[in-house]
Amino acid sequence: MAENIKLMQGNEAVVEGAMIAGLRFFGGYPITPSTEIAEQLARRLPKVGGKFIQMEDEIASMASIIGASLAGSKSMTATSGPGFSLMVEGIGYAYMAEVPTVIVNVQRGGPSTGLPTKVSQSDTMQARWGTHGDYIAIALAPQSVRETLDLTVRAMNLAEVYRTPVTLLTDEVLGHMREKVTIPEEGEIEVINRQKPDVPASWYKHFEITPNFKSPMASFGDGYRFHVTGLTHDEEGFPTNKSVEILAKLTKLRNKIMRYLDDICQIETDGMEDAHVAVYAYGIVARAARQAVQMARARRMKVGQIRPITIWPSHDKKYREIFSSKNLEAVIVAELNQGQLVYEVQRLVPKHVQVISLNRFDSELITPAQILNKIKEVR
Amino acid sequence: MAQRSDVTHKYLRAKKKFPNVWCAGCGIGIVMGSLVRAIDRLELDRDNVTLVSGIGCSSRMPVYLDFNTLHTTHGRALAFATGVKLSNPKMHVIVITGDGDALAIGGNHFIHSCRRNMDITCILINNQIYGMTGGQFSPTTPTDSYAATAPYGNKEYPFDIPKLAMGAGASYVARGTVYHVTQLDQLIYDGIKKRGFSLVEAFSNCHTYFGRLNRLGDSVKMLEEMKKNALPLKAAAKMPPEKVQGKLLTGVFCDVEREEYCDRYDALIQSLQGK
Repeated sequence: MAENIKLMQGNEAVVEGAMIAGLRFFGGYPITPSTEIAEQLARRLPKVGGKFIQMEDEIASMASIIGASLAGSKSMTATSGPGFSLMVEGIGYAYMAEVPTVIVNVQRGGPSTGLPTKVSQSDTMQARWGTHGDYIAIALAPQSVRETLDLTVRAMNLAEVYRTPVTLLTDEVLGHMREKVTIPEEGEIEVINRQKPDVPASWYKHFEITPNFKSPMASFGDGYRFHVTGLTHDEEGFPTNKSVEILAKLTKLRNKIMRYLDDICQIETDGMEDAHVAVYAYGIVARAARQAVQMARARRMKVGQIRPITIWPSHDKKYREIFSSKNLEAVIVAELNQGQLVYEVQRLVPKHVQVISLNRFDSELITPAQILNKIKEVR
Repeated sequence: MAQRSDVTHKYLRAKKKFPNVWCAGCGIGIVMGSLVRAIDRLELDRDNVTLVSGIGCSSRMPVYLDFNTLHTTHGRALAFATGVKLSNPKMHVIVITGDGDALAIGGNHFIHSCRRNMDITCILINNQIYGMTGGQFSPTTPTDSYAATAPYGNKEYPFDIPKLAMGAGASYVARGTVYHVTQLDQLIYDGIKKRGFSLVEAFSNCHTYFGRLNRLGDSVKMLEEMKKNALPLKAAAKMPPEKVQGKLLTGVFCDVEREEYCDRYDALIQSLQGK
């Protein structure tokens, strides 16, 4: 069979990935620069018996996908910063109520309504700490159109496996730029569905605390008749004020992710074996970093690259290992914001390693030359 | 009456969740009874009933009932319910909400749910105040009434719930009270049966806050006042307007046929799939 090759936008790649992963419900609200995702899903979903709905705002969009997921559909929404701000209420609920959901944030410049058509990475920390209360967020960030497709599938898989909201962090440039993508054939990318209970209804606990912290999930209508609430609850879902049950619930929510960092966290490194300087960047900036590193190496400078693909949670142990690479003297953290992930790097580097911020927030991309200049300053 | 409570007990999570959070004499329990009797009379399969609520005294109701139950964030019950219903259109989705939940923080979701006309039954328990947080004024607190945040009297004008729902396009709109239980049973029954968005306002008493702050007496006094002040729409139609003024109109305000959202969406799927 001939390969299915398309020239497509990052936002279209989200749609392709979502369809491959078995998306059956999308609730959204128009916002630049994410709108193409909603527009295309409005066309595609009903063709496969799925549902698209345009809600009255982003709060409702998030609420609708939680409801749909509880009723058994793989569910997603897509937005940008201002919409994400409204969704954090629902994201906290989905975390507490353990509802698989995927939120795509095509980042644009902020704060407030900011720069609707300009690139940014200034929602990096919001993806981690957006909602109130203690929680562990999962966020993935692609650097190309094809990787946007792959990570959309992965985001949906992680949501289903860990019963939690997962954010896909792209940006205006990734969302709108076009690249050649070979659409994977059926079965080429692993698709994971949520685990369903196989016990009789009277035994079923919707929030059971199991030894591996994974609990099977029934849907409304499956005959299990469970209760779901955002209030802190016991294993059956009923609100509790007992400190023992509160501790058990909140610990489970944490452990079910933190015990699986090896599965969840993807970090790409290149040339770190002999690197004196490392460039740490994610998403679209990682591409400029890659070129800068190649340019530096051509000039016989020992420079390596670190690219977090899973932005949240942080795999502290793995990062500490990477930052302990024996010749490493400095890490340049390049970000399209005023400095957000740099604090994560500072937290994890050995004392002798210098951390240097390279920030740009004038709505333009960081260029390879900018990064190369920074490398030269350090060397 | 014994028969009535038997029906109620059939659907309670009696061993797990009682006693309930409501004050003695609260009207919310009466609405819960009406809802259960309506569901029982309709012989709905309880596995295919989902109760969705927001935040507030009334929104605590689903936890006591043995259905699929979803207690959400403040004001968002209808938005969650929209996702449940569209994802699984066979589900009977019933939303339990209050005046603050549905009309203040959830006002946007309320009007758009009316407009969208999904087959959801919204039971709005109107006690004219925020009970759970301690008696602050709500969008239905009458002008000049007292509330914890209106110590000099409420300067705002209240919503007329049926008018709001009709204006926004609901297919079925009715109002009953917790005094007129037989009528309320019937209104909720008809609301659930209606294909399309139904809004049933259940006028209730909060003697703990609204009653106390406005010197309206205890639960019994407030129920007696409901009895006196309620006026069926049919009777009102034959009366001169000055006699209708200030009365609490009850009954069915509108019952119109409009094609339901999920049916329309399903037809779209069928046509796209060439069936």
